[in-house]
Amino acid sequence: MHMADALISPLVGGAMWAATAGLTVYSARKLKEKADDSMVPLMGVLGAFIFAAQMINFTIPGTGSSGHLGGGMILSILLGPYAAFLTMASVLTVQALFFADGGLLALGCNIFNLAFFPCFIAYPFIYRKVVGERPTRRRLVVGAVASSILALQMGAFGVVLETLFSGISELPFTTFLLLMLSIHLAIGVVEGLVTAAVVTFVCKARPEILEMAAVARPPATPALKNVLAGLLVVTVVTGGALSWFASANPDGLEWSMFHTSGKEALEVADQGPYALAARLQEKTAFLPDYGFRKGEEKEVPATSGEGDAAAEAGKGKAEEWPDVSAGKSLSGLVGAAMTLLLAGLIGLGLRRSQRKR
Amino acid sequence: MEKTGSSLLDLTYLDTLSDQDTPVHRLDPRVKLLTTLLFIVCVVSFNKYELSALLPFVIYPIVLVALGNLPLGYLLKKVLLAAPFAFLVGIFNPLLDRAVLVHLGPLEISGGWVSFASIMLRFVLTVSAALILVASTGFNAVCLALEKMGAPAAFTVQLLFLYRYIFVLGDEALRMLRARSLRSFGGRGMALQVSSLMIGQLLLRTLDRAQRIHLAMRCRGFDGEIRIARQLRIGGRDLVFLVGCSAIFLFMRLHDVPRWLGDTAMALMR
Repeated sequence: MHMADALISPLVGGAMWAATAGLTVYSARKLKEKADDSMVPLMGVLGAFIFAAQMINFTIPGTGSSGHLGGGMILSILLGPYAAFLTMASVLTVQALFFADGGLLALGCNIFNLAFFPCFIAYPFIYRKVVGERPTRRRLVVGAVASSILALQMGAFGVVLETLFSGISELPFTTFLLLMLSIHLAIGVVEGLVTAAVVTFVCKARPEILEMAAVARPPATPALKNVLAGLLVVTVVTGGALSWFASANPDGLEWSMFHTSGKEALEVADQGPYALAARLQEKTAFLPDYGFRKGEEKEVPATSGEGDAAAEAGKGKAEEWPDVSAGKSLSGLVGAAMTLLLAGLIGLGLRRSQRKR
Repeated sequence: MEKTGSSLLDLTYLDTLSDQDTPVHRLDPRVKLLTTLLFIVCVVSFNKYELSALLPFVIYPIVLVALGNLPLGYLLKKVLLAAPFAFLVGIFNPLLDRAVLVHLGPLEISGGWVSFASIMLRFVLTVSAALILVASTGFNAVCLALEKMGAPAAFTVQLLFLYRYIFVLGDEALRMLRARSLRSFGGRGMALQVSSLMIGQLLLRTLDRAQRIHLAMRCRGFDGEIRIARQLRIGGRDLVFLVGCSAIFLFMRLHDVPRWLGDTAMALMR
């Protein structure tokens, strides 16, 4: 469920970071308004509780495998949306840093998928609505299960959308969506059952805790509109700014080892008085017998008019000039091996000198 | 059970690693955080068929591991443990993208395999960069850096608290798990109901603990804010590291170094 750095583009990662940062600042401000200093240790310890609770594994009914709690819903129910969001964000940060779950750039995506949806959507719109003012046992169970399922479904949908927009994975949208949603439906049911069981247990043993949470923290419905509007603005602005940046610097696609389709290279040259153009000249002149320039010129009519069909262009090229491509690949491989060797040698040398000291 | 126990050990081990005195550890945490982020952005910003230009980036983790006296094998193991999601999503690329992209004599490699290899290489690079950041900086210093760089205090305090009590509550959970496994045979205690009650029980203990902590903090003058005494100072060495790394990353981002090396070597051989 954790999104990985390797699967997202900087554009998606940056936009989600901005959105999450905005939410964090907003939640922190909301929390400060309340000025209840007992929340500080409570949130911290509950964050640690989520980790500890994830250690307590259980058998998933009907299958042999075992699962553990995710935690977003339980935190929302106990702490209310703002504190729960901050707590969940800190849990995900620790997971990213220590357990390599996800990554630093994907952290924004992960916080959005696993903290925003349960805290700001599922909790106020499902859980609070179902449970209402006077919680009964049945309402608690229905509310917990329904909101957990929905939160996880939205999170899974988020993962699919982020993957799609990043364009690193080849998975077609509908297949991936169906796969993720069905898997997370099962996970959501189990998560909901556990959440419900824990909540009813707390309700029986220490009812004042839930009452306190319900009374002290009214649902966040009115404020949510502002949050969503702000989020939208932030996401669009960063997305726009980043994509402008990305298109101004045409991605350095130029001399990638595998698809010198020529189109990108020419486009880059067209981009204007860049150093890139000069470099292109320099490189092609550097190895005049390399066949780079020839291939490039011939290739243009074949690929012009095709968007990002780098793969197809590469394929077409490979079929038309197999020897050129082979030579290119070979020199690429040689270069790769030399790079790795150099890097390894540098590392070894540094470690040696470090030991000697 | 072994896995959960070892995850706690992992936390302590990474923290021990950060308690060293090497050139990498002495760098300012803010500088390290920024460099790591820049590294990750550079790595991720390549197009999906890029492989050769990504390779030189291994130099960053390698140099930091060597200079920071970090255990390479341990870090690699951690990286592999985290791989499944990226692997599962990436492995569909070779199945779906069959257009041949590379010819190596008789061998034809499809675009899918190339992009899959690229995903895995990105994965190793980004994850190892994050792990190295923690192992060479320590969690408290990372939090401090976050706060100095403008993260809301409520969030960084939350992180510090969380980290402080992971060990306490983790031990508590481990004791409960041990008790459960001693009383149940053949995995019968693993039922959903039993585990939920255990989690509920743990939650009650946690809430009580939070209340005790709060009272203890109040007794010591806590007013809703935590002040960190440690001062940070960015020196010349830090600036050199930051500027140097940024320049190298940008250079490697804009130039395909292995390709250039390979071309030169081939040209020399001719």
